[in-house]
Amino acid sequence: MPAICKDCIAQFDPAPRCPGCGSPRVVAHPELFSLSIAHMDCDAFYASVEKRDNPALRDKPVIIGGGRRGVVSTACYIARIRGVRSAMPMFKALALCPEAVVIAPRMAAYGEASRAIKAMMQTLTPDIEPLSLDEAFLDLNGTQRLHGAPPAVLLARLIKRMKDELGLTGSIGLSHNKFLAKIASDLDKPRGFSVIGQAETQAFLNDKPVRMIWGVGASGQNALNAAGIQTFADLRRWDRKDLINRFGPQGDRLWHLARGEDYRKVSAHMPMKSISNETTFDQDTSDIETLDGHLWRMALKVADRAKAKSLAGRVVVLKLKRANHAGLSRRTTLHSATQLADTIYRTARPLLDGAKDQGPFRLIGCGITDLHPESHAGHEADLLDPGAEKRAKAERAADQIKARFGQDAIIKGRALR
Amino acid sequence: MKLSIERAALLKAVSQAQSVVERRNTIPILANVLIEAEGADASFRATDLDIEVVDKAPAQVERAGATTVSATTLHEIVRKLPDGALVTLTADSATGRLTVEAGRSNFSLATLPKEDFPVMASSEYASNFTAPAPVLRRLFDKSKFAISTEETRYYLNGVYMHVADGDGGKTLRCVATDGHRLARIDAPMPEGAGDMPGVIVPRKTVGELRKLLDDDDLKVAVSVSETKIRFATPNITLTSKVIDGTFPDYSRVIPQGNTRKMEVDASDFARAVDRVATVSSERSRAVKLQLDEDRLVLSVNAPDSGAAEEELAVAYGDERLEIGFNAKYLLEIASQVDRENAVFLFNSSGDPTLMREGNDTSAVYVVMPMRV
Repeated sequence: MPAICKDCIAQFDPAPRCPGCGSPRVVAHPELFSLSIAHMDCDAFYASVEKRDNPALRDKPVIIGGGRRGVVSTACYIARIRGVRSAMPMFKALALCPEAVVIAPRMAAYGEASRAIKAMMQTLTPDIEPLSLDEAFLDLNGTQRLHGAPPAVLLARLIKRMKDELGLTGSIGLSHNKFLAKIASDLDKPRGFSVIGQAETQAFLNDKPVRMIWGVGASGQNALNAAGIQTFADLRRWDRKDLINRFGPQGDRLWHLARGEDYRKVSAHMPMKSISNETTFDQDTSDIETLDGHLWRMALKVADRAKAKSLAGRVVVLKLKRANHAGLSRRTTLHSATQLADTIYRTARPLLDGAKDQGPFRLIGCGITDLHPESHAGHEADLLDPGAEKRAKAERAADQIKARFGQDAIIKGRALR
Repeated sequence: MKLSIERAALLKAVSQAQSVVERRNTIPILANVLIEAEGADASFRATDLDIEVVDKAPAQVERAGATTVSATTLHEIVRKLPDGALVTLTADSATGRLTVEAGRSNFSLATLPKEDFPVMASSEYASNFTAPAPVLRRLFDKSKFAISTEETRYYLNGVYMHVADGDGGKTLRCVATDGHRLARIDAPMPEGAGDMPGVIVPRKTVGELRKLLDDDDLKVAVSVSETKIRFATPNITLTSKVIDGTFPDYSRVIPQGNTRKMEVDASDFARAVDRVATVSSERSRAVKLQLDEDRLVLSVNAPDSGAAEEELAVAYGDERLEIGFNAKYLLEIASQVDRENAVFLFNSSGDPTLMREGNDTSAVYVVMPMRV
């Protein structure tokens, strides 16, 4: 049975400690060198970046999140010991761990760290499918001859490089498909390396709860429980046709997943379907000036991302959440696709006016869908709106100024509302 | 109610009715056509609450009365009946069914009470005039392609019909625009139209109206108020709400000082545009026009799919010009030209271009260029 040391990457026959460096951090598995689909998940990514950049935080509980009404987006492992979890409301987190240091997210810093990690992964394989800033699938099939080492060794090296060069830790799940790789990466976090082989797949899944399936949330779980399905073993007892009849097309997927089968490829190019942005307010508001200021800032963010990706959208969407959490959304199809903040804002503003009587709101969001390459974006000139072309030119000029002198070099007064 | 009617007359009336009826309806009665039999006529009325059409056809009325029945179902049945058939419609108030009989075919259809059918409130019309069908046909046919579908500028979702000062005095004018192109069509002022308020005739009404205008010899009675417009022929009356909004001041959009003049055979031009545009699959395909001394080069360059170029002889005496347009817009305005050469008047590559037929200023088109 092959084994590797996570610290010095030595390969040896299984032993409780690495014969080379004496480390106990050993991974051994019969299929260790034959599996090639991996999921890499950084450990408490945002918090780790903050701790790396400010060593004074190293031994303190750190929570990344924002605002009184915000939720925890990441908690470091010290805070997790106290029971803080991501997606937990901030007030609850602070009740559990009052001495926690709360830090507003610095997305730019996380983005930079994420790009550095991605660059390291790209030296291993072009088949990388990022799921977010801090996790990605890797397909290392067929790279053994190229790198002169099996995937497991490459992955252990990747994690070591991340630690040595970026000061960030991550966990690896290695298996024979994406579904199992993702489950595996979560098995012994942090700094984990878990393997689910072909031979043990069924036995591994049997007593696991079905909520492990990605995409099965609270309501999905209720639906499955109502059918008497709690574990994968329950699920496997179902006939394929019965599952499809009961759960629709999802039923077929469940049938395969019950058997540990997942035929999705690791795909580097998941086409983007929409670009959007949203904000939860500290206090519910129906003040149109406040909403307008948020709308403009979100239109700017959406436009910036669209421009960065060379995309343009033909449908502008406005999303609002009322005080009682009831959501409402409004959309308008444009004559031609746009990537301009000005157009997005001017299209969304009448939608906001139409819905404003239903306030107060706790959240506002804005975005574009029906995306096309930016070359498909229509002309900015409009016979009936002679100012449109001027405004478009002004926005492009402002973009150039921002590119040279920074994001805050030039802003509209509207953005200060 | 019991009546007998020629299949052809019935089909014409019912097809007009079913095209007014909205496909997706939340109010069941709006899917129905109201059939009324009295004297020597049967009338068929349909509405979507914005448009109402009443089609009268001669019929042998045995028993006067009225009922309502699904417009699409009745239309499908009549359409499938053999040509020349005599169709008998019998409403049985006891069973609430309408029987449709023709030859050996027999149908029994569910009905809804005629009292539930919404009849459009009649209106005081500020202006009444008659216009020959060909005049109205030209006004709407040549302008409707430019109607906008944009929801945000709902006041552009129709043709603006109004009285304007044309080159030879007062004129009846139709204007449509979507902000990227504009059509302005003039017709001689019919007598009695002088007081007509300017109204925006919705896109759907324009489509329905077109079906009334096929007969060249027909005179159409037009009645206009601030909120409604009515077109009536001896057999059909089409009443429609108009769009409640202000049409923008289009006159400042029409360029006055464009001096670079190109004259070209419109159909040769349209065919060439169509050919070069084939290589691009983009939604807004841009065609580049390069003009130099009686020579026009049309080209499309789509980096992903290919490139095309075609040369065309034109009359052009100004300095070199390069200008780009959406191919679809060029095709649409070029296809409005039916008698003479198309005359394009350009200014610069960034300014709106004007197109007309020969020297005729009664139909003028404006199109916005795009960067190429």
